[in-house]
Amino acid sequence: MSTIVTVPPRGRPPAATRVRGSGSLVWLAVPALLVFLAFGVIPLLGVLALSFTTWDGLSQDISFSGLASWSAVLSDPGLPHALWVTFLIMALSWLVQTPASILIGVFLAGHQRYRTLIAVLYFIPLLLSSAAIAITYKALLDPNFGLGAGLGLDFLAQDWLGEGPLAVGVVIFVVSWQFIPFHSLLYQGGVRQIPRSMYEAAELDGAGRVRKFFSITLPQLKYTIITSSTLMVVGSLTLFDLIFVLTAGGPGDATRVLALDMYKRGYQANLMGPASAIAVILVLVGLALALVLRRLGGRDASASQLEGA
Amino acid sequence: MATTLSDKPGRTVIRPSGRRRRRTRPRETKNWIGGTISWLWLAIVIIPIYWVVITSFKAQSDYYLSNPMAPPTAPTLDNYQLVIESDFPLYFLNSLIVAVGSVVPAVLFSFMAAYAIVRASTNRFLKSVNWLFLMGLAIPLQATIIPIYLIIIRLHLYDSLLALILPSIAFAIPLSVLVLANFIRDVPKELFESMRLDGASEQTTLWRLAFPLTRPAVVTVSIYNALQIWNGFLLPVILTQSPDKRTLPLALWSFQGEYSVNVPAVLASVVLTTLPILILYVVGRRQLLSGLTAGFGK
Repeated sequence: MSTIVTVPPRGRPPAATRVRGSGSLVWLAVPALLVFLAFGVIPLLGVLALSFTTWDGLSQDISFSGLASWSAVLSDPGLPHALWVTFLIMALSWLVQTPASILIGVFLAGHQRYRTLIAVLYFIPLLLSSAAIAITYKALLDPNFGLGAGLGLDFLAQDWLGEGPLAVGVVIFVVSWQFIPFHSLLYQGGVRQIPRSMYEAAELDGAGRVRKFFSITLPQLKYTIITSSTLMVVGSLTLFDLIFVLTAGGPGDATRVLALDMYKRGYQANLMGPASAIAVILVLVGLALALVLRRLGGRDASASQLEGA
Repeated sequence: MATTLSDKPGRTVIRPSGRRRRRTRPRETKNWIGGTISWLWLAIVIIPIYWVVITSFKAQSDYYLSNPMAPPTAPTLDNYQLVIESDFPLYFLNSLIVAVGSVVPAVLFSFMAAYAIVRASTNRFLKSVNWLFLMGLAIPLQATIIPIYLIIIRLHLYDSLLALILPSIAFAIPLSVLVLANFIRDVPKELFESMRLDGASEQTTLWRLAFPLTRPAVVTVSIYNALQIWNGFLLPVILTQSPDKRTLPLALWSFQGEYSVNVPAVLASVVLTTLPILILYVVGRRQLLSGLTAGFGK
């Protein structure tokens, strides 16, 4: 197709391409800017403002109430619990997904037989909605009528969603089921960009496969690991759809993560002020984690993340 | 796209020991660990999908009695009939309206903005717009849902499809601008220059030159956004109420609540709502997969 053109070096366009009336160009950005301001930036500022108000979400009157929502939220033992559950799911799902995704990504970047077949089937979870996945697992894990009961396997026929620790485990497993394919895809792309010559040099020095993996592949994947980890961490912070349908935060409050806590306070207890405060905490935690991960990767990481595609 | 760093992969290394030379890789031992995990995980991915599909063709009575992994002895379409009669065609239409109604303006606006950002890269206003969109990548939808809800109520749009479309456009813009700008930047400057010398306006250059040359990127970005919006759950659950405004994920959820004892019918609804995407996947796998990692793969 027409896209195969020689690629010029990246960077700033030379001064010669500066356009005569950049005024007409400014107008081109206005529609995107307006929509984004109205439904992205203003809501972000709005949630901070709403955290200082009292509103039940139904009536017209929203009244200023100072720090009342914040003191209610910060003194509620529900907040540390939600934070703990969120971090637990985040850490464990990172721990499950990252090694598996790297190994699978490396494998998929090779030249095995059946690779296309694997790839076609492998990425189906990426296409499904979280609601569909949650509904499937709810039926599949049913202790009486699910897979375990049907196959007569007692260890599979537990009350998976009825006991706290098991439910947390199920959430982590289902998250991994949904997202390992995506992260494998990222790592596959990362591995393919590693210069072949590095491996050839290592082979001449007599390095084996394991040695090559730890000395070349893993260090070269540094930025991919940071990108993938950032997406995992921020993604599990905002995990809502899946948990909402799968466990609705239960049993008890065992899987009540931060995003679900916000929803329940806002739309079930009709306390929009405290719910907004939780939303602000969500943003702050997300930003802090993203910054920490970016710091880990040094300055270049931000460039490589943002350049993308 | 970006230039590749690797030199030619197929080069043969001649070794002094005089071992048999291979055409492709000099020495390819089997990657046992990676292979085992990949095949194992493939099984974990496939088994639930297989189970969903076969169970959706079983009669409800058959479901409780038969081996769950065995294909149905008497396949039936009753479950699908029940799902279709439960207004799923309407929910499908709603999802389609929301997806198309969001993706077309989102990609159009993003393309125009990306073009302006690349073409007038010294303009201060456009620089700050670009910065704003980059920051926007970090805004989670969940955290802004309460003010969005308030805005939608005040605009008297609550419980309408437009209520879903407007925030969907906004949250598709940052990543779309980023990816499209990267591609527009790769269009050779000489082409823009010759368009200018021919006296073409910026409008003409945008639609006649930049748009056709970056069409694969436009398709990729569109698919990515469409999938996100098609599968979206949070906006419909918060911003709509009446059954006739449901999109598919929300419809799935309420159908599951209503028919929880009829597992085969619930699973048939899962299959039916996924089918359109699966067909798209089979048709355009490459575009879709590159769409999914758009902006992240590097």
